[in-house]
Amino acid sequence: MLIERPQDLPEALEGIGGSPHAVLLAGGTDLMVEVNLAHRRPEAVIALRRVDDLQTWEDGFIGAGVTYARMETGPLPALAELARTVGSPQIRAVGTIGGNLGTASPAGDTLPFLAAIDAEVVLGSRDGQRRLPWHEFLVGPKQTALTPGEVILGVQLPDHIPARQAFAKIGTRQAMVIATVNCCVLRDDDGTTRVAMGAVAPTVMRPREAERLASSEPRPSQAALDEFQRLVSAEVAPISDHRATEQYRRHAAGVLARRTLERCLTP
Amino acid sequence: MIVTLEVNGEPRSAEVAGWESLLWVLRERLGLLGAKDACLQGECGSCSVMLDGALVCACLVMAADVEGAQVSTVEGLASRAGLHPVQRSFVDEGAVQCGYCTPGLVVATAHLLDERPDASHDDIREALSGNLCRCTGYGALVRAVAAARDAAATAIDPAPADGDSEDRS
Repeated sequence: MLIERPQDLPEALEGIGGSPHAVLLAGGTDLMVEVNLAHRRPEAVIALRRVDDLQTWEDGFIGAGVTYARMETGPLPALAELARTVGSPQIRAVGTIGGNLGTASPAGDTLPFLAAIDAEVVLGSRDGQRRLPWHEFLVGPKQTALTPGEVILGVQLPDHIPARQAFAKIGTRQAMVIATVNCCVLRDDDGTTRVAMGAVAPTVMRPREAERLASSEPRPSQAALDEFQRLVSAEVAPISDHRATEQYRRHAAGVLARRTLERCLTP
Repeated sequence: MIVTLEVNGEPRSAEVAGWESLLWVLRERLGLLGAKDACLQGECGSCSVMLDGALVCACLVMAADVEGAQVSTVEGLASRAGLHPVQRSFVDEGAVQCGYCTPGLVVATAHLLDERPDASHDDIREALSGNLCRCTGYGALVRAVAAARDAAATAIDPAPADGDSEDRS
């Protein structure tokens, strides 16, 4: 196996351009599980943890190398909440937002926040940069629009960040668990509501009908919340797998989205 | 390839293959058997070590990427003067059953008390959430961590430590 350990971004981009099929290594918490279980034997690896440019977190730009541990104490409430639900302290110390995007699991915990806020994914190569809206980057389960020779540089958030934010997740225990369903709700003071659901479709998704209903209600009544819950359950498209059945996920998605919205409504 | 790193303050080097983890290198190349090999997927914490100041699962660290890193393992905690206070506390509180999870828990606990000398009951449970004890001896474990915390607080300030009573129940 060949490994490159670039010290800065130009060196990293040159290395990735020169070995476009090299595996990109950040925290290693996904890759090494596959390596340890002998599902993968990479021939070439480019290790990114020494690249300071990827650690940047300025204004609305979060570098791909920002760890869950940093998100936990960062300024964005929903991002902090979701980071705290990921793995264990050992995982959060090294796992990164760029890794979560690159792995593109339908259950990835940063993805509902990034989808709800309409983040763009910033990709770089030695030929330049491009930005893709989250839904053009995440194209399927564990599938992204990243092309050989490119690397995720980070995510760009919009200028406007809704003040009310909440994230919630259902799993079999509080720690060390992959989401059975996860959910992020963002709400503006004028009522505009954004909802994103994970682990209930091939990629993270926005239940648009439910969003429209919640956005039209300055103070949602119990009946409106019932309808919101029903719409979320109707709009998600889950599968049955070893973590839960399709029926359970559909029901849980509605309940979880409603509770998460209710948290955003509490004064 | 050869990687060079610092382990418990001493320069070490090892020939590693691409698929190897830091855990493999510590155990099989450097003869440090404290970090344990259990789940190999970051679920159990029995391979917890410190890597450049961060608590990590050594099984999830690619060995080829530790070039130049500083690693500390459970073997580096005790000194000639005796056990590390966390190790002493685990012994005193009987926080060990089969012992397989103990090295990882000791490293995680030492890290917690370095970072948060006043860790609450909830902080302790949260900090150890990635370290599984399949003997399920969690009550004694949490008591041992609280006792180590209180002993350190007493050593600094002779006034009685204001520990929460549930830790001792």
